[in-house]
Amino acid sequence: MVEWTDSERAVITSIFSNLDYEEIGRKSLCRCLIVYPWTQRYFGGFGNLYNAETILCNPLIAAHGTKILHGLDRALKNMDDIKNTYAELSLLHSDKLHVDPDNFRLLADCLTVVIAAKMGPAFTVETQVAWQKFLSVVVSALGRQYH
Amino acid sequence: MNDDCNDGDDDADDDDDDDDDDDDDNCSLEGNYLNVNMSLSSKQKATVKDFFSKMSTRSDDIGAEALSRLVAVYPQTKSYFSHWKDASPGSAPVRKHGITIMGGVYDAVGKIDDLKGGLLSLSELHAFMLRVDPVNFKLLAHCMLVCMSMIFPEEFTPQVHVAVDKFLAQLALALAEKYR
Repeated sequence: MVEWTDSERAVITSIFSNLDYEEIGRKSLCRCLIVYPWTQRYFGGFGNLYNAETILCNPLIAAHGTKILHGLDRALKNMDDIKNTYAELSLLHSDKLHVDPDNFRLLADCLTVVIAAKMGPAFTVETQVAWQKFLSVVVSALGRQYH
Repeated sequence: MNDDCNDGDDDADDDDDDDDDDDDDNCSLEGNYLNVNMSLSSKQKATVKDFFSKMSTRSDDIGAEALSRLVAVYPQTKSYFSHWKDASPGSAPVRKHGITIMGGVYDAVGKIDDLKGGLLSLSELHAFMLRVDPVNFKLLAHCMLVCMSMIFPEEFTPQVHVAVDKFLAQLALALAEKYR
């Protein structure tokens, strides 16, 4: 089981409580699709992804980004059992969506960059450590049920 | 609608340019045809030079912060600094070395058209003396991107991000060139 210090819990809770899910979700997913264009393979049904501009204006992508961030909520609410919280989602990504789990890490990195831009100097070293620890636990849990 | 939709205007030609540039940049037929490996288009090289120029007043801060974050977020990287009294994030040797590394990155921007040739001696240093596992180049690159994003949130657009990320990846490849 992952051990969280009080300080780490406080950091994660604080980030989420100040989060604009729509803005950050949209920006993170768009950034992922632009910086790592091979991730677009999973979004064939999402309309126009022709270039950065169309990706940034695509409402289906925006909505999906929001959905992903709300999915992270579940980890926040169950920090002591993220592994089991995401067991079903992991199976979904493996068996139905066929997503290469390395993509979770790519999206997590983009999310970190977007949050860093939003928070500026408030994204201290300690904040980044806690945040990336949280994301790495999520990424690991999402990849866990692959077979 | 979101702000980013309007920001795209300047970059509307991004991908059109990439297609034109493929012919002269990505297909070095002489020698190493394995060079068709996500190399930078002319437009991306210009984007990198432009952003690094904007960044230059804060480059020391970014270098120092990036290395601090590397040893904090990925503690295993401290293994390369066991000869320092203090390899903790924010310590003097870490900050100083971060600045040194960033200096090297800036030097590489100047050699962006021939990273492998331009970084030959640095590559030998990393291969035979330092022997840093190349996986760590990616980790440091990520920390640099985070710092750039923190300090230049408006300028570090997704288009700039992809160009800089590619550049840092190419730089890492050039540094690892002599490894084996």
